[in-house]
Amino acid sequence: MPLITYRKALNDALAEEIIRDENVVIIGEEVAEYNGAYKVTEGLWQRFGSKRIVDTPISEAGFIGMGVGASMLGVRPVMELMFWSFAYVAFDQIVNNAGCIRYMSGGAINCPIVIRGPANGGTNVGATHSHTPENFLANVPGLKVVCPATAYDAKGLMKSAIRDNDPVMFMENTLLYGEKWEVPEEEYLIPLGSADVKRPGSDISLIAHGRAVITCLKAAELLEAEHNIKAEVVDLRSIRPLDEETILKSVRKTHRAVLVEENKPFCGVAAEIAALIQEKAFDDLDAPVARVSSLDAPAIYSPELEKIQLPTPHRVMQKVLSIC
Amino acid sequence: METAIQTPSYAEAEVNKELTPEQKIEFLRQMTRIRRFELAALKFYNLGKMGGFLHLYNGQEAVAVGTISLLGTNDHVITAYRNHGHALAVGMTPEECMAELFGKATGCSKGKGGSMHFFAPDKNYWGGHGIVAGQTPLGLGLAYGLKYKGIEGCCLCYLGDGAVNQGSYHESLNLAALQKLPVIYIIENNGYSMGTSLSRSSAFKESLASRAEGYNIAWDMVNGEDLYEVRAKTQVAIDRAHKESLPTVLEIATYRYYGHSVADANAKKYRTAEEIERYKHEHDPIQLWQKRLLEEGIITEEEIEAIDKAAREEVNQAVRFAEESPFPSESEIFDDVYYEVDHQTESGRRGKHFFNN
Repeated sequence: MPLITYRKALNDALAEEIIRDENVVIIGEEVAEYNGAYKVTEGLWQRFGSKRIVDTPISEAGFIGMGVGASMLGVRPVMELMFWSFAYVAFDQIVNNAGCIRYMSGGAINCPIVIRGPANGGTNVGATHSHTPENFLANVPGLKVVCPATAYDAKGLMKSAIRDNDPVMFMENTLLYGEKWEVPEEEYLIPLGSADVKRPGSDISLIAHGRAVITCLKAAELLEAEHNIKAEVVDLRSIRPLDEETILKSVRKTHRAVLVEENKPFCGVAAEIAALIQEKAFDDLDAPVARVSSLDAPAIYSPELEKIQLPTPHRVMQKVLSIC
Repeated sequence: METAIQTPSYAEAEVNKELTPEQKIEFLRQMTRIRRFELAALKFYNLGKMGGFLHLYNGQEAVAVGTISLLGTNDHVITAYRNHGHALAVGMTPEECMAELFGKATGCSKGKGGSMHFFAPDKNYWGGHGIVAGQTPLGLGLAYGLKYKGIEGCCLCYLGDGAVNQGSYHESLNLAALQKLPVIYIIENNGYSMGTSLSRSSAFKESLASRAEGYNIAWDMVNGEDLYEVRAKTQVAIDRAHKESLPTVLEIATYRYYGHSVADANAKKYRTAEEIERYKHEHDPIQLWQKRLLEEGIITEEEIEAIDKAAREEVNQAVRFAEESPFPSESEIFDDVYYEVDHQTESGRRGKHFFNN
């Protein structure tokens, strides 16, 4: 199976869907002639031309709203945000328009739009460019949120997101764009709402999404090598809809859980998962549910400190040891 | 801002010359229906039959009726929260609109949208939007969709004079000009941005519409009490959209008789009672249209009275329909959130979509 980067997997998914459906159009800042600020759309403009790959000015409220409006007419726009942090100037368009129009119209309208881009810290760009809004966008009934951790998942989830008839917020990670994974050449889809056990284990469940999954996999290796603790790593992949069954199945097997995310702790995704576990698997627990999140301050610039602001394998391991 | 019909020249515009007497009478019927609908809504709002806000369209009827009368199969409409007039003008029924105000399951949005959120995509009517200027990028997107699909059409996107200072509107103008999109922004300038008069809310050189100059977009000013002028000037913009795929900004001078919403406690403080009365008596679009039709000899006083009576009966029937309709059931709360869940597709059946406790 070929090894390809997370970036290339996304690029392939976009290209395949552009070919498959004439209504799919890529819209965003620098996506066409510049080849994409992070090169996710590299080569697509040369291949598919200016109708399908559309550059916009730096104008997120305007062009995200434009995409939502076009989606109401059956166009299937895939909107690139250069950073998900920039969504904050388009918040009304995402939350009120993409998120609420179906409901407010009594189901007469739907918005088949994908809004995608990187949502991560860890690149020393300061607080304004390091936001991780998956928790508060997943708070909006009407929106869907996915956070792929590998190239394989990124491709399969992107293809499903584009075919989905609801608005999907697709959150990537610049630190993963250059990483490689095995990705089959033949077509496959990964449905939204299905988690994935990335590493089986019997002693504790590490439940994470996005790049925190990679952190957990490293922590699991250390735990096994240094402490003979077999950690199971559950990758949520999709935040909303959420695969509750896979989470509960893992916890019922291991009886312990540490929830890991690069989001901030207060009202983070892990807070929702913790509530779920205590409500539905309370009797299965042998220890309190613990969390490892980003340290609760705005993203710090200083490269040495930002490394420890995000969850590290060491911090995950320490948390595991505190309840095992 | 205050205007009065001075010249009959717009009656001679091509798009008006071709009107039949019956079409002209139909415009009166539509404006009267809107007026009577709003008066009934006000009455039952004050009786506590509906919740939320109620932004009435009284005084502005010629804008929605005049502009929408020009639209064809591939032309679309989207507006803000003062949207009852537009909804009725596109052909939504008073019954479904009144039932929506009453929060009933038979409402146009099944009681899920309310006064500010009427929708009828089957009539190319895309709402009904509650956030000031939030609809302006959506109107742009509808125009984008038409152009993308190679359809000759346009989108009329209405906004109030209070919306012109929102960033999303300016971003939309820039994108409309850059991408050459067939969108027509119609500023319904009723002089007040909630309780703040035009001069206290907007800085401009010539007019609000003339700001379009900076984006190299064509613009025009329209007297909103003259249906002929509204139609004549809007048709120019529609032709520009259809034939050249270019945007236009129209500023239509108009006036609202009631407060920003019925809950506007200061409705009579930021403007004088005399001003309101003057508009009602000298600039009322319905009275002026009645006068024109009488002068043209195509209607009688008795027929005008009959149209008003029919509108009142129609609206009374709508109120009865709304009162007798059921509220949505509790089980419907989770319908219409996700398309995939509503249709129980494979995607809609997988994973947890709702997080109730």
